[in-house]
Amino acid sequence: MSAISRRRFLAASAAGCAATTLAGSKNALAAGSFTGYPDGMGVLVDLTRCIGCRTCEAACNKEQHLAAPDKPFDDMSVHDEIHHGQKRRPDENAYTVVNRYESESSAKPVYRKIQCNHCAEPACLTSCFVNAYTKTHEGAVIYNGKVCVGCRNCMIACPFNIPGYSYSSAFNPLVKKCIFCYDTRLKEGLPPACVESCPQQVMTFGKRTDLIKIAKQRIKNNPEKYVDHLYGEREMGGTHWMYLAGVPFADAGFNVHLGNEPILNNVKDFLGTVPMVLAIWPALFTGFHLLATKGKDGHGHGEDDTHHIDGEGDK
Amino acid sequence: MKNWNFAKMYLMALALLFGMAGFAGAADEPEAVVLDSLANLYEAVEFDHMMHTDLGEDCAVCHHHTTGTGPENDNCARCHADSPENDVVACSQCHEAQPFSAEVLNAKSENNMLYHLDKPGLKAVYHLNCIGCHEEMDGPIGCQDCHARTEAGDAFYHADAKGGSEGGH
Repeated sequence: MSAISRRRFLAASAAGCAATTLAGSKNALAAGSFTGYPDGMGVLVDLTRCIGCRTCEAACNKEQHLAAPDKPFDDMSVHDEIHHGQKRRPDENAYTVVNRYESESSAKPVYRKIQCNHCAEPACLTSCFVNAYTKTHEGAVIYNGKVCVGCRNCMIACPFNIPGYSYSSAFNPLVKKCIFCYDTRLKEGLPPACVESCPQQVMTFGKRTDLIKIAKQRIKNNPEKYVDHLYGEREMGGTHWMYLAGVPFADAGFNVHLGNEPILNNVKDFLGTVPMVLAIWPALFTGFHLLATKGKDGHGHGEDDTHHIDGEGDK
Repeated sequence: MKNWNFAKMYLMALALLFGMAGFAGAADEPEAVVLDSLANLYEAVEFDHMMHTDLGEDCAVCHHHTTGTGPENDNCARCHADSPENDVVACSQCHEAQPFSAEVLNAKSENNMLYHLDKPGLKAVYHLNCIGCHEEMDGPIGCQDCHARTEAGDAFYHADAKGGSEGGH
């Protein structure tokens, strides 16, 4: 007969079922039917209007109290700069940059403003183990510099390579990026500094759902002017800063191979099973152990309370 | 003497007629406009309106349908083909100085009948509407060609930055 008593068996089964149920429900939440905050604000960036004047860079620098730049903001030679084999990218002193690209589809160069895209399901937030990032209801992805430990996992995770790192600081290095002017403007419903400063209204501020409609309408009214795609509508699970362009997006430096799944989807399936594993495996292996040692003489405790399996000689 | 009095009357009538005709033809059209409502980083723009009207193009090129002539864009003409002349045709009448203020955004979300939801703000339309034509007609296209920068503007753009070292962080 089995060494396990009926009471223990029933108790263990009940515990296992309870654990599975609880773990299972967590799994359902992790499966993700998150459709974003409905009142989230966003920005539509219309690259057919951008002339690369960099006024937005100047506005950001002023609003976020960034360090003075090496070159004036109306210096267009920055468009020819190459750092580490790449064009300029956002860093600790420039939360947004505007780069110039050439395209066969256009006689004039194309300019692209680069900044945090404030994803609906951000990879940076997913990767941060100290919960330094927050996706706010207003749509901004902000970070808490006080808890940031500077591990830079978010820099690896971000599919757009946005977060910059304050390498210049020896004792308090932090990750730095565009925060949608949350503290100074977005909280009060105001547009960010770059949007307000742009002389050509490249950027349109409003609710993300409205911006999608506006973008589709612009494409519909001017089919020869725009490529029929709204970048960021679905890429990486949807971003709150979206782009229209008059040239193929790959020509303007966009990564067009990202897909529509948020980074979270790469990990949430197997991570979602962790609670279930932690609940089931002890019960399961207890069961195996009991089965394996069922009815064997000598199973149990020896005279001196040592636990030994029959077959092993005394040493 | 009687003949001379009559002659004076006729001359005065003629002068009045021509004077009025001169006014009627111009129809309150300004010679020059000072665009200063947004002046901050740059000085106000001294806009030579008469020079632009003398170019001979239809007023609708800049003023859409508000001057009584039909709009240029076929899409606009669907509704505005027969729109009459407005009392005020200044750009600032319809294009807001603060296009993303709470009032404007709320008005757009609350009013279902508002058609022109994608209307650019005042600063944007000055640049978007003017620069395209300037590029074609060899007009001024540089920032300071139309408005000099103020001291606040120089500080904003960090005009005194000396240009850093190339390479290395």
